[in-house]
Amino acid sequence: MSAEAQTCPALDAKELDRLRGLCRQARIDLLRSIANAGAGHTGGAMSLVEIVTALYFRVMRVDPARPDWPERDRFILSKGHSSPGLYAALAARGYFPKERLSEFDVAGGMLQGHPDMLKTPGIDMSTGSLGQGLSVGIGMALAGRLKGLNVRVFVLAGDGEMQEGQVWEAAMYAGFHKVSRLVLIVDCNSIQLTGRTDETLSLAPLAGKLEAFGWRCVECDGHDLADLVPALERAVAVEDGPVCVIARTEKGHGVSFIANRVEWHAKAPTPEQLAQAIAELEGAK
Amino acid sequence: MKIGDMIAPRKAFGDALVELGRINPGVVVLDADVGTSTQSILFREAFPERFFQCGIAEQNMFGMAAGMATLGLTPFASTFACFVARRAADQISISIAYPKLGVKINGSYGGIPTGKAGATHQAFEDMAFMRAIPNMTVIAPSDAVETRKAVFAAAAHPGPVYLRTARCDVPVIFGPDYEFEIGRSRILREGDDVAIIANDLMTPKALDAGRILEREGVSARVIHMPTIKPIDEAAIVGAAQTIGRIITVENHSVIGGLGGAVAEVLAEKSPARLVRLGVRDHFGESGDYEALFTKYGMNVDSIVAAAMEIAR
Repeated sequence: MSAEAQTCPALDAKELDRLRGLCRQARIDLLRSIANAGAGHTGGAMSLVEIVTALYFRVMRVDPARPDWPERDRFILSKGHSSPGLYAALAARGYFPKERLSEFDVAGGMLQGHPDMLKTPGIDMSTGSLGQGLSVGIGMALAGRLKGLNVRVFVLAGDGEMQEGQVWEAAMYAGFHKVSRLVLIVDCNSIQLTGRTDETLSLAPLAGKLEAFGWRCVECDGHDLADLVPALERAVAVEDGPVCVIARTEKGHGVSFIANRVEWHAKAPTPEQLAQAIAELEGAK
Repeated sequence: MKIGDMIAPRKAFGDALVELGRINPGVVVLDADVGTSTQSILFREAFPERFFQCGIAEQNMFGMAAGMATLGLTPFASTFACFVARRAADQISISIAYPKLGVKINGSYGGIPTGKAGATHQAFEDMAFMRAIPNMTVIAPSDAVETRKAVFAAAAHPGPVYLRTARCDVPVIFGPDYEFEIGRSRILREGDDVAIIANDLMTPKALDAGRILEREGVSARVIHMPTIKPIDEAAIVGAAQTIGRIITVENHSVIGGLGGAVAEVLAEKSPARLVRLGVRDHFGESGDYEALFTKYGMNVDSIVAAAMEIAR
């Protein structure tokens, strides 16, 4: 057993405090990187902060010093436009220095608008065109099984992204073949580029659809780490099929004037808005 | 197999997969419910645990192949050429080529011969599309001997490869000692009045044309160019400078495939007279494939006529 499959501290009040602090800082860091670039998908990056923090600081067996470790768990950010949230978590976890977050969306920089596995340590798959991550995750899980590696795969999709047809091809395959060690997390922030998901092309009932495709589904609060962490841990322990964790989230969560607003899907904060957002986040300590 | 035997390249593809699978345990094969046609089914019979039937869901198949490649496997994802290029374009570009993953893509039933299925199943633009994707190597081998060698070369190549295989029987033109190398063309017949550059199942037609032209007093160099990316620029420039009259012959649209690639090299490196034979920007149709080659001006007589015209 590798040193990286370490025992985590109990998920007690102290640990939850630590994780919440990491999330608060990740929101500040991602907002800074987006503001610095003058571009980026702010809303979706903020809705997934607890999810990637739970994965990289609790659930996943990874080693930032060895990002190519063959037996590591894999993570695919299928909703690649939310990369600033992932980059903030990877930097905090030690994959690269936090100063490099300023390279986000900067020409010649290491951090592309959408994750690039050839440019950024810790990125397991390049993504950006929506709907493609789950198929890749299935391939990883099957390859791990074939090679005798205990690889577990986590795929994070957006709720709007679930409108892509390829997702359902992949869901059908994973359900029919009972592909295990595969967890699909849906960041259900209820908003897509042009409007609310329920008014654009409703996915309801999302769990019912996936269950009909042979998946188990669990719903949880995607911002409540006491709810989210156990849901993810239980999901990946299921050995006889794929599991979907439907994480109820809020787009732009954590900052009052960004939260739950369609217009913040792909808007960067001005310097004044950044200062105001940071003040809010720091005030929430 | 010996020179002159009629063998379908798709059969050679299936046999080569099995042969490769025996020596390389990292080879896996993915199919989208056309394996009995593409012959990838032969691999399932030999190595069922390494064969993944994805159903009629090409987008998912290519994504799965990409995921498998990230763990170091060598996936051959196989379907009809029309579905590779038209249906899974985005998945191949973004999940395979952009991260330079070593997925080997088989586009079977390329071009006109599809079993009379008609326009929807005739890929005339697959080579053009695959060639336009960065990091992609694009190969259209001719006979069964070369198809087998191209399968092995594709597996040994670190990045993504598109390998087109023909459905119909094609005469064997290479002996067992033929060496295939990605990016390298071959002069199969020397000549100095006109150069005919061909690949896929058109190379045997170009050789037939060369023999007829010789009787007509026209000396044709026949260059077999199985790889259109990276393309053998030196062979094209050499033909341009020593002969100056070039005909391309392809089982594909004249836009963006072999003819397009040769035209680009000529325009930039060494302008020469060029005639492109191939599908001239229209959809296909059902029918006997030799009849369609004739109708579209792509049979041996068409090559001969074009060569006589340009060599005059």
